[in-house]
Amino acid sequence: MSNIHEFDVVVVGGGGAGLMAAWYASKSVRTAVISKLYPIRSHTGAAQGGIGAALGNYEEDHPEWHTFDTIKGSDYLGDQDAISFMCEEAVQAVYDLEHMGLPFNRTPEGRIAQRPFGGHTNNASGKPVRRSCYAADRTGHMILQTLYQQCIKNKNIFFDEYQVMDLLIVDGAVAGVVAVEMATGELHTFRSKAVIFATGGHGRIWEITSNAYAYTGDGPAILARRGIPMEDMEFFQFHPTGIYKLGILITEAVRGEGGILFNNKGERFMEKYAPRIKDLASRDVVSRAMYLETRAGNDVNGQRFFNLDVRPETVNKYAEIDGRTRPDGSAYQVTAAEIMSKIPDIADFCLTYLGVDPTKQPIPVQPTAHYAMGGIPTNKYGQVVIDEKNTVLPGLYAAGECACVSVHGANRLGTNSLVDLVVFGKHAGINAAEFAKGADLKPLPEDPTGEVMRQIEALHAGSGKERAAALGKEMRVEMFDHVGVFRTDEGLQHAVAKVQELRERFKQVRVADSGKVFNMEMLQTWELGNMLDLALVTAQSALARTESRGAHARDDFPQRDDATWLKHTLAWLDGEQVRLGYKPVVVTQYQPKERTY
Amino acid sequence: MLIHLKVFRFDPQTEKAPHYDNFELQAEPTDRVLDLLEKVRNEHDASLGLRRSCAHGVCGSDAMRINGKNALACKKLVRDLNSDHITIEPLLGLKVIRDLIVDMKPFFEHYESLLPYLINEEPLPTDGKERIQTEEQVLRYEDTTKCILCAACTTSCPSFWADGKYIGPAAIVNAHRFVFDSRDRAAAKRLKILNQQFGVWRCRTAFNCTEACPREIKITQAIAEVKRAITTGKLD
Ligand SMILES: Cc1cc2nc3c(=O)[nH]c(=O)nc-3n(C[C@H](O)[C@H](O)[C@H](O)COP(=O)(O)OP(=O)(O)OC[C@H]3O[C@@H](n4cnc5c(N)ncnc54)[C@H](O)[C@@H]3O)c2cc1C
Ligand code: FES
Repeated sequence: MSNIHEFDVVVVGGGGAGLMAAWYASKSVRTAVISKLYPIRSHTGAAQGGIGAALGNYEEDHPEWHTFDTIKGSDYLGDQDAISFMCEEAVQAVYDLEHMGLPFNRTPEGRIAQRPFGGHTNNASGKPVRRSCYAADRTGHMILQTLYQQCIKNKNIFFDEYQVMDLLIVDGAVAGVVAVEMATGELHTFRSKAVIFATGGHGRIWEITSNAYAYTGDGPAILARRGIPMEDMEFFQFHPTGIYKLGILITEAVRGEGGILFNNKGERFMEKYAPRIKDLASRDVVSRAMYLETRAGNDVNGQRFFNLDVRPETVNKYAEIDGRTRPDGSAYQVTAAEIMSKIPDIADFCLTYLGVDPTKQPIPVQPTAHYAMGGIPTNKYGQVVIDEKNTVLPGLYAAGECACVSVHGANRLGTNSLVDLVVFGKHAGINAAEFAKGADLKPLPEDPTGEVMRQIEALHAGSGKERAAALGKEMRVEMFDHVGVFRTDEGLQHAVAKVQELRERFKQVRVADSGKVFNMEMLQTWELGNMLDLALVTAQSALARTESRGAHARDDFPQRDDATWLKHTLAWLDGEQVRLGYKPVVVTQYQPKERTY
Repeated sequence: MLIHLKVFRFDPQTEKAPHYDNFELQAEPTDRVLDLLEKVRNEHDASLGLRRSCAHGVCGSDAMRINGKNALACKKLVRDLNSDHITIEPLLGLKVIRDLIVDMKPFFEHYESLLPYLINEEPLPTDGKERIQTEEQVLRYEDTTKCILCAACTTSCPSFWADGKYIGPAAIVNAHRFVFDSRDRAAAKRLKILNQQFGVWRCRTAFNCTEACPREIKITQAIAEVKRAITTGKLD
């Protein structure tokens, strides 16, 4: 019981959302950031393409247009009050980042440069609009660095390489968290008036993924085991352009800069599926198109991939066909050097991992698991809400990819996650600090670290008949095959049964390493348990939803069904079972319409 | 192809001195070295300690020595090494905590000592919008913004090996990033720190850092620019 710390606000996670929250909270109360990775290793650093905000630095744009595009992109499952709040706030948030020192690319006038991105349009013409503010193709890297730098300036308190394993709730309110210090194996109890979860996503559940090893859904899984429901978990985004087999992301910015997708016949197949904005349709639409093309035998070499072509001759040919112009009205024509300067990191990935120079050869791509729209239910103040009536759990907050506000609904638009992080990270931080000022520390439960010790002991006590690595692989393959881009009743039934079986077999896993110092075997086996929990919740939520909406595409229910399904799923993990409930979507001024691009 | 992998191991809880373990693995030429290490962990010895996250060279977790040269394990492919014998060791110059995991604290302390954040207390533009910076002004420091703090450069530097008090190339790179940012106002302060005993003058231009950088930052050039700024007192 020696390691007990006391804070007003504890932030779990040092990525974009967590640092933003900590930066704001620490202005007024004692705040700590606990992170299993060094903050600058967080996955926010992998974000490439940009952050959306209607600055209008090249052409007419409005937060209302951003709002509508986001609602439409969400397939009307996003909560419209929260979306409109986010898109209004996005503008100031981007200026704030610039003031903090973020090195954005610039317009000829020295303002923040912007590029087109999937699903972002001029609402009057329906044509793509330049809304994504960017720093080459490492916008996330620059956001993460900038926020971390500001936290150093601010002398923020960090507990680096501490992994949070449990949330303490006393009398229906937050009392703190329990974490293991990775370098020593010691457990630490952090008493806190408010806790903000900002632990990122869980895309490691799927076989082909753009996500980091650390994306194991710890935050949502911890909360699910503490009786908090998960919202809309069936909505997980598959990004259409992952590097073949590896899943490494090729940002949409490549298409924003003029790249075109082709099938094995050399057809620009997106013309068929999104006649107006074609290759820049939103991600669910493009991923589904690829699936349908594959089913029709149009994938390249029958190997389930397509060619993403950003060679200057291709870009220029199609720019002419599409009548694309530059901001000054001249025809859009590019050189290889210009392409390289806009996507240097992508070019580097292609060269390193494929031996392909993207200005000379097409890039082989396939859909890759990318982003969790679902997660911990929150309202637009960042407070975690725990039932159909949106009852707040006092002191508990969440922000970033682990949270579900919901601003992304059934499908997130590119650039909107970074907006989500900075806007809701900031407000979760401010609101948690306000809450903490009026609250007392809760008494600790009798044995605060008891649950974590029990979990760790269980990991060491299995029979050893099963191996974690093998179970993980089976889970990832099952989820990719049956809870992926397209789903059927049969496949989902299969997945639920399979994940249940894997959870059972997981009890037979034994962690052999009994050491204390960086026991990665123990921590990563624990993470596998988290993923299995979330995989079950995801598959069950998907099985129940008998419609197609955004990223949740059912072969057997191809239509969106607003009469029955215009509602958010809430899924409680009750031991071996998942219990489902639903809550309404907030619709303000935009009535659901058919979604075409 | 068959790969003979030799891995540095050290567990302070049970060993006085490090040893090496050997593994034979089937691999594709396109496999990342990180894939091999994961294979070891999954199929041979789950206790192997290493840090990794993004697996594509952007998070900076897995810098290590691969056949004697600093690199990110996730960015080196088997085919890049031109050998079926691969030796993996932790970074030099930082204390080994376990296996391939080294103590990064001194590294981050050096980084922080150079005030790695924008300092500008002047009023913001009255319209509340962005400060104006031309694309040309961005290009002046863009290269050094790419740093992912993986420590590959600093731990390849003979001056750093000789004395860990030397701030090292990574810290200088990050100072450069602000010194040459037209929006920053604290260049003089940083240059003063860089001019101290364990500052930039410890650099003997060995070029190891530039070679080691997985982000291909022109580190030696950045260091030269900082040295010049100190001597001339000018930032152009
Ligand atoms: C390749 C790629 C490109 C992308 N490009 C874009 C883009 O261009 N635009 C856009 O808007 N979005 C993009 N996204 C999405 C976006 O980057 C992420 O959704 C977002 O960065 C997540 O930020 P976060 O702060 O929620 O989580 P992260 O930045 O991942 O941070 C999570 C933090 O939680 C910590 N953590 C996790 N578990 C624990 C635990 N148990 N205990 C303690 N700490 C813990 C981690 O250490 C980490 O610090 C991209 C994503 C990927 C993968
Ligand atoms: S794992 Fe991120 S840089 Fe290698």
